[in-house]
Amino acid sequence: MASITLEGLKKTYGGNVDAVKGIDLSIEDGEFVVLVGPSGCGKSTLLRMVAGLESITQGTLKIGDRVVNRLEPAERDIAMVFQNYALYPHMTVYNNLAYGLKNRKFNREQIEARVQTAARMLEITDFLQRKPRQLSGGQRQRVAMGRALVRDPAAFLLDEPLSNLDAKLRVQMRVEIKQLQRRLKTTSLYVTHDQLEAMTLGDRLVVLNGGQIEQVGTPMEIYARPASMFVAGFIGSPAMNMLPLDYLHVQGSGALLHDLPENTDTVGIRPDDMLLQAPDSPHFTVEATLVLFEAAGAESHLYVQLADSEQPTVIRTSGQPPVSEGDTLTLHIAREAIHPFNSASGKRTGG
Amino acid sequence: MVENRPWANVFAHLMLIGGVALVVFPVYIAIVASTQAPGDLLRGSLPMWPGSHGWENYKAMWSTGLSRAGAPPAGQMLWNSFVMAMAITVGKLSISLLSAFAIVYFRFRFRMFFFWLIFITLMLPVEVRIIPTYQVVADLSMLNSFAGLSIPLIASATATFLFRQFFMTVPEEMLEAARVDGAGPLKFFKDILMPLSITNIAALFVIMFIYGWNQYLWPLLITTDPDYYTIVMGIQRMTSEENPQWHLIMAAVVLAALPPVLVILFMQRLFVKGLTETEK
Repeated sequence: MASITLEGLKKTYGGNVDAVKGIDLSIEDGEFVVLVGPSGCGKSTLLRMVAGLESITQGTLKIGDRVVNRLEPAERDIAMVFQNYALYPHMTVYNNLAYGLKNRKFNREQIEARVQTAARMLEITDFLQRKPRQLSGGQRQRVAMGRALVRDPAAFLLDEPLSNLDAKLRVQMRVEIKQLQRRLKTTSLYVTHDQLEAMTLGDRLVVLNGGQIEQVGTPMEIYARPASMFVAGFIGSPAMNMLPLDYLHVQGSGALLHDLPENTDTVGIRPDDMLLQAPDSPHFTVEATLVLFEAAGAESHLYVQLADSEQPTVIRTSGQPPVSEGDTLTLHIAREAIHPFNSASGKRTGG
Repeated sequence: MVENRPWANVFAHLMLIGGVALVVFPVYIAIVASTQAPGDLLRGSLPMWPGSHGWENYKAMWSTGLSRAGAPPAGQMLWNSFVMAMAITVGKLSISLLSAFAIVYFRFRFRMFFFWLIFITLMLPVEVRIIPTYQVVADLSMLNSFAGLSIPLIASATATFLFRQFFMTVPEEMLEAARVDGAGPLKFFKDILMPLSITNIAALFVIMFIYGWNQYLWPLLITTDPDYYTIVMGIQRMTSEENPQWHLIMAAVVLAALPPVLVILFMQRLFVKGLTETEK
């Protein structure tokens, strides 16, 4: 177990394509950090740089106190779980787990003991003599986890390990991974594009965009105070609604909004914060026409057209409110639910 | 076919039976001819049913051969052919596996240049380069030796190319997982790549073995010592005599056809197994 420190890590392909543009990050011993971002944001490249599968163009990477920039993956004392599992198809599950240990010259009893322990932990003891193709997707995923587990490495690196599973299994494995990490307290770096996975798994989230860090923080910090319009749109589903500040002034809500930080020209409002009933706290109202009603069981999504605006806007409410498509609704927005942004810089205003 | 039309079925079977009969008939004639008495085949009419001299013909061919035509016993020629074919097959497989491994997995200078160099030699069959090759083998005094019979035929662009294509379909993560698991290049090759290629190896083994077994021109050129005659060229020598002993020659032909058949039967099990066990 060890901490991982990234200092100014850069990756440049073919001389001029910057995939990762200088990342500073320090991951504490035993921490579960999730790298999240849209495809092409460099999150997988960054993980592979930590693993040693991609070379580091510039910067320093430390695992524990050791600079590992130029070490082979095997020498970095890390274990990796791949998106497509990358199990060796011709080996039994047992040998898949044992292969890394054999290469590290463990003796037979040690290998047997470690494989059995890992297999028990992941409940794959019954499949040890099978080949990967005889297993279901979820079982293969467990074997891939097991291969990382037996090694007892300084850090786990997981590259979208759940994206090949169906929705139900994904939730189940997500919970198991979280419990496993809590129990083992192994430093983990987890890559995903799924913001729900990111929110639920990570001790801390790193939101990446275009090869740079947008924001680092606990999931709730990031949800409550997104540092930029990008983060605001990426974390939370449905995405946060963005409205020009001028629009709200025209709608006659200016009085409540004059104390927003300087340079604010756009405000973000989460779909949950657009209420059909007036709250007790200071709030303002906008008129909107209901375009589409989406019932999703415990909650409903209301796609509305704000009066005198082209802006597509979504509202989330619990239950099924008694409204029908074409109705005119009055939406109540509490003053404290407003996230102020500057559209030119894309950043949150007022720190 | 999903349709169930009885007449189409009958037609298909007739076509298949006709095709098989066409292929099998010459083989049948060879077997029949190899069981006749010495004079029977020279009378002009070919018997359609097996004769009663099979055992003695095969025994004569196996142990004494046709010394009058300068051919050693078939047993020895079969052995020579076997050694040569095996040397060519094993040599070709190991060299092409290793060179394909180098070309696919290592980023060295002039990698594509070497690949194309190998690829271009595909276009030069043995017959085209036979005179310079003969010169080289003669200068190295490898005439009349197993080394001379097999080494010049070992390099194989075809096998290298096929293995390259196969290696490129192996997911990159397999290599990465092996690297994380602490396997170096040779370990990866031995533990992961070779077992994954076993089907291809078996298929190429069959093709290469038959290629080696059927070599005619090259052994004819470089062997003058009967101790190194191979069966295919030996048969040719027997037929060039004034009164060819057809019953014995046919026995030799049948014997010569057996080893490739055995190789196919044995390897077939292996690659059918390989095919059904391939993932997804």
